[in-house]
Amino acid sequence: MRRTVAALLRKELLVELRTLESVPGMSLFAVTTFVVFHFALNRSSVDGDLAAGILWVTLLFAAILGVNRLFVADADQGGFDGFLLAPVDRSALLVAKAITLLAYIVVLELVAVPAFALLLLGPPLGQALPDLLGVLALADVGVAAIGTLVAALAVRTRARDLLGPLLALPLLVPIVIGGARATSPLLALAHPGAPAPRWLLTLGLYDLVFGLIAYAVFDFLLED
Amino acid sequence: MESSSRQPAGFSDSKPRAPGRVVRYGGGLRALSLATLAVMTAGLALVFFYAPLEAEQGFLQKIFYVHVPLAIVSLCGFVLGGLFAIQHLRTRDQRWDMRSYVAIHMSLIFGVGTLITGSIWAKGSWGHWWVWNEPTLVSFLIVFLLYATYQPLRFAIEDPERQARYASVFAITAGAFVPMNFIAVRLSTAYLHPRVLGGTSNLPAPMALTFVVCLVAMALLYTTMFKYELTAKHTRAQLRALRRRLAGEDAPAGLSRARTAAPTLQPPATIGAGAAGRPG
Amino acid sequence: MGAALLAELPALPLHTAGKYVAGAYVVLFALVLVYVAIMAVRLGRIERDLGELLEGGETGEASQHAAQELQRPESSGA
Repeated sequence: MRRTVAALLRKELLVELRTLESVPGMSLFAVTTFVVFHFALNRSSVDGDLAAGILWVTLLFAAILGVNRLFVADADQGGFDGFLLAPVDRSALLVAKAITLLAYIVVLELVAVPAFALLLLGPPLGQALPDLLGVLALADVGVAAIGTLVAALAVRTRARDLLGPLLALPLLVPIVIGGARATSPLLALAHPGAPAPRWLLTLGLYDLVFGLIAYAVFDFLLED
Repeated sequence: MESSSRQPAGFSDSKPRAPGRVVRYGGGLRALSLATLAVMTAGLALVFFYAPLEAEQGFLQKIFYVHVPLAIVSLCGFVLGGLFAIQHLRTRDQRWDMRSYVAIHMSLIFGVGTLITGSIWAKGSWGHWWVWNEPTLVSFLIVFLLYATYQPLRFAIEDPERQARYASVFAITAGAFVPMNFIAVRLSTAYLHPRVLGGTSNLPAPMALTFVVCLVAMALLYTTMFKYELTAKHTRAQLRALRRRLAGEDAPAGLSRARTAAPTLQPPATIGAGAAGRPG
Repeated sequence: MGAALLAELPALPLHTAGKYVAGAYVVLFALVLVYVAIMAVRLGRIERDLGELLEGGETGEASQHAAQELQRPESSGA
């Protein structure tokens, strides 16, 4: 299983490095969205709840762009059939794709968070950075698990670009809740605080539950 | 509630039936609907003639007895849809997929009722048609938005077997989502207003009794409508089988059927004949 | 007793609250009735289809008619 995942992962990352299909687009989208927010809100700097909200919404929609593209190559070019012929555990595909999506989101955040700090964020990020990275990491795992499941569900339907986001957004709301609430004290103007443990717990629990569910049902999506 | 062009994609009933044994879905329907009528009437009578007026909200609080049972039954229905879907994936018996579909469908109907009555209650209580500080209502909206994608998902997959399978995967995921979502939203809401939905623990006994009776009534209503729907679908399938039998050798090679979003029941005689569900 | 109780309530006056409560219960009623109406339409369709099948059998055109029916894309929501 581990070798299968490693092999699949290598393939995914190689393809992405060669074609640069997803990650640059996602990152650019995030930065552009920050600019749009500036004009839409008519504010030069944001902090606290508003800042957390903008950051999370932007990351969410950029991640959904990645979700949309995750299985497209496999569906259109016979990748599914090829994989099904191999005598390997099918869940390996789920794990590999989820790790891939996680990697995309991490790179996205490497671009988006500094851009956010530069363009829109009022208070300096330095002290809150480790906590922020921790919250982001927790949330990213959940987004990756759910995003992969939804991507696999939507890719072989007729309206794949529409159904993907429609399915993903409600499922990701608890992650937005946990992430935004946890981040909000970190970005506060006056006294940056620490994220409340309950939100970290929420995120962790959500990641666990949906990781397990995705693992359990993924096989059924592949039989064909 | 069901748009007329959304017929289920066909699939074959995999379990052959013993000759002479007729399957009836509508067997207990009469008793069930009578029970629903009785309990619903009792519930309504209790609400308006027995339950005391609540101190803070007064007469407006009576909405509680219709809104909360609608919400609870709807959510249980969604989770039930997930459980039926698990059975479907385990046994590959398409009847479970049918039950899952109908459960979710009915829950969506009850969900619309929940949202409307909740909105009316919000307007009466706080003057706005929508409030964000009522975590149950907010969670419900999110769950509703999720399940509203169920039919579009089914409609977007043509192959009936795959449609049923993907729908089951969705139903299981969404069914697990329901409790998690409620926990998350509940945590995130600041309690600005006292909530009457805090559970039956702090309700005085007469109100608790009324609530329980209304809840049972709503559950019975759901079950009745669920069974009604299943019976209607089955009757339709039997009609189709009869037509096929009459068509005899003149039956067309493939069944022309419009792309559909819900399952049908096909008797075993149709296995192999048009099971692919060519778009009409 | 009822009047005294009502007189003490600080909440919305009865005629205002009454409208909202009535509205909520009407919603429930309406949902069930809409469902009854949909089922009635379906029942009518089933009766009509059965009638056609029966007539087809009597005049011996069952095969043709049934084959035609099968060709027609199903449009009713069963």
